[in-house]
Amino acid sequence: MYFAKELLETDSRLRRKWEDEVRKLLERKGERKERFSTVSDHEIQRLYTPEDIKDLDYERDMSYPGQFPYTRGLHPTGYRGRLWTYRMFSGMGTAKDTNERWHMLLEQGQTGLSTAFDFPTLMGYDTDSPKAMGECGRCGVAIDTLEDFEILVDQIPLGEVTTSMTINPPATVMWAMYCAAAERQGVPLNAIGGTIQNDMLKEFIAQKTFMLPPEPSIKLISDTVEFGTKFVPKWNTISISGYHIREAGSTAVQELAFTLRDGMEYVEDVINRKGLHPDEFAPRLSFFFNSHIDFFEEICKMRAARRIWAKVMRERFKAQNERSLWMRFHTQTAGCSLTAQQPYNNVIRTATEALAAVLGGTQSLHTNSLDEVWCLPTDHAVQIALRTQQIIAEETGVPNTLDPLAGSYFVEKLTDEMEEQAWEYIEQIDEMGGMLAAIEQGYPQMEIADAAFRFQEQIDSGEKVMVGVNKYVTEEAEECPLLDIDEEVERSQLERLKDIKKRRDDKAVSRSLDDLRSACKKGENVMPYCIEAVKNLATEQEICDVYREVYGVYQDPGLF
Amino acid sequence: MSKRTLRIIVAKPGLDGHDRGARILARAFRDAGYEVVYTGCHQTPEQIVSAAIQEDVDLIGLSCLSGAHKHLFPKVVELLKEQQAEDIVVIGGGIIPKQDFQKLYDAGIQEIFTPGTPLEEIIKWIEDNVQPREELA
Repeated sequence: MYFAKELLETDSRLRRKWEDEVRKLLERKGERKERFSTVSDHEIQRLYTPEDIKDLDYERDMSYPGQFPYTRGLHPTGYRGRLWTYRMFSGMGTAKDTNERWHMLLEQGQTGLSTAFDFPTLMGYDTDSPKAMGECGRCGVAIDTLEDFEILVDQIPLGEVTTSMTINPPATVMWAMYCAAAERQGVPLNAIGGTIQNDMLKEFIAQKTFMLPPEPSIKLISDTVEFGTKFVPKWNTISISGYHIREAGSTAVQELAFTLRDGMEYVEDVINRKGLHPDEFAPRLSFFFNSHIDFFEEICKMRAARRIWAKVMRERFKAQNERSLWMRFHTQTAGCSLTAQQPYNNVIRTATEALAAVLGGTQSLHTNSLDEVWCLPTDHAVQIALRTQQIIAEETGVPNTLDPLAGSYFVEKLTDEMEEQAWEYIEQIDEMGGMLAAIEQGYPQMEIADAAFRFQEQIDSGEKVMVGVNKYVTEEAEECPLLDIDEEVERSQLERLKDIKKRRDDKAVSRSLDDLRSACKKGENVMPYCIEAVKNLATEQEICDVYREVYGVYQDPGLF
Repeated sequence: MSKRTLRIIVAKPGLDGHDRGARILARAFRDAGYEVVYTGCHQTPEQIVSAAIQEDVDLIGLSCLSGAHKHLFPKVVELLKEQQAEDIVVIGGGIIPKQDFQKLYDAGIQEIFTPGTPLEEIIKWIEDNVQPREELA
């Protein structure tokens, strides 16, 4: 029991008095709303007291930072030892444009890089594919071959800066390019650090960037985990992501539960398919969460996430190494909480969400720019977003002490409720036969669709408020400067690709693609073949076409 | 004789997977009593037009959030014309900057709905502006 009996008796006496007062007040005048709930529609009580957390076990549920179950953080010194990484997601136009933006961000004090690719690159198509028309460089950087990639990382010391790449179906290809580029900079594979997102389960569930069917998608992911474990030990081979699940309209609990269940699915697959022990690879698994606008709900979600993962790894997978129990995560503030209307208000939303992520104990953070509802951010907007993190880190004093909200009746209770509800989902998915089976039945997809629809109804009815959208609406449009991607980008990228295809050694390309094809058919690890192919200037799509040919293509079932 | 139920296809052209809005609309249209087909993500304009004709729809609702609408939306209208199906009404939504509206209207997109539009408003527009197409004898 968390509290002494005397305190609970005092609490109960005080509570009765307060409840009387409340009753009298309510008889005269109701509260502002009938029901108070989070953005996820989780009901919140009027007040939290010792009574709410009387069953909490101090050591089992909270403990200390750096001690199981890590509710209060992974490291004994928290942000006092090391701040989170300022990692702004960026990519635009050509590799050269993005390289310039990266150098600008590093000069401004950013501490890690994060790559946004354009849609053709994300989907495994080259710029010259008919499907790519009109998309080149629009939502990120266009990469077709290793030559583009080398321009992207030009003058970036790959042995020092860590780079995250948001890439999923073609993760093997972009990672192969990174490895090859590092080699050409003279940096050995065991010295490079970074992350590939490489999380296909959440693509089928939410983000819908898919290429191959689920089973072979998972196989390629396990290949990367195996390759990383053996040769690139400082690389995070999967960033198990809740971000996109949330953006698709899930609740906080759904984000928490589906993300962790996805993580378990990957761990199981690597154990079964590759015969590795969890302690060999689990320390390199990382996570990625959304930080939405409901301040306390987000903080509690992150605290609960650490606690659940530590239990899962220890109890379900029998991990021994402490690092296998650590849930390390990156956070991005919620794109879906931002509004196209009155865009300057987005600065305030992002600051609030960033503060929640810090209080939740994130290892790294991207703060959205005020104009990102509309387009890729301008230099000025990115700078404000980065400064938001720097102000929280270096002015507010928030990182001075570890997990400052611990012990709050409300925060501990909500952390507990979120964990409990997440377990219900996890057990339900276990019963369905795991996440792949659940996805085949459309279960997580429909749970999210229901939540998204409910939220839209709450917005339409005014039950939930978005300032500038359904309340405090202004007639005159407040506009901010937008970044336009010149159509010249597509033309110049097409020309580069044509030139590369003309001067590369075609025989070497087809030989390496044949080798890759046969590796796929034999079920070998594709990574060494991928690296060989990119070095010979095979394009991203040529490699992905081999995958499509061997493994087939996934069609969106179009659930709604 | 009562009018035939309106048939709508909600479609996502291009490569982006931001389907939250499209799926919410599909559901709202179904709840409003229309017959709804949703294509899923990553459709080419050719696939969308072929599905629209095959399903004999009255309205195509396009959703794009990647910035490629300037290319993709007009392409759908163009292909409808080629198939003599230009009486199918085409509307669009997503992240569409104001400065692109006129170009899309000129290309034959009848209305554009951007984020923050209440579902009711879109349904009202359809009630006012879309009739079931003449059924061929």
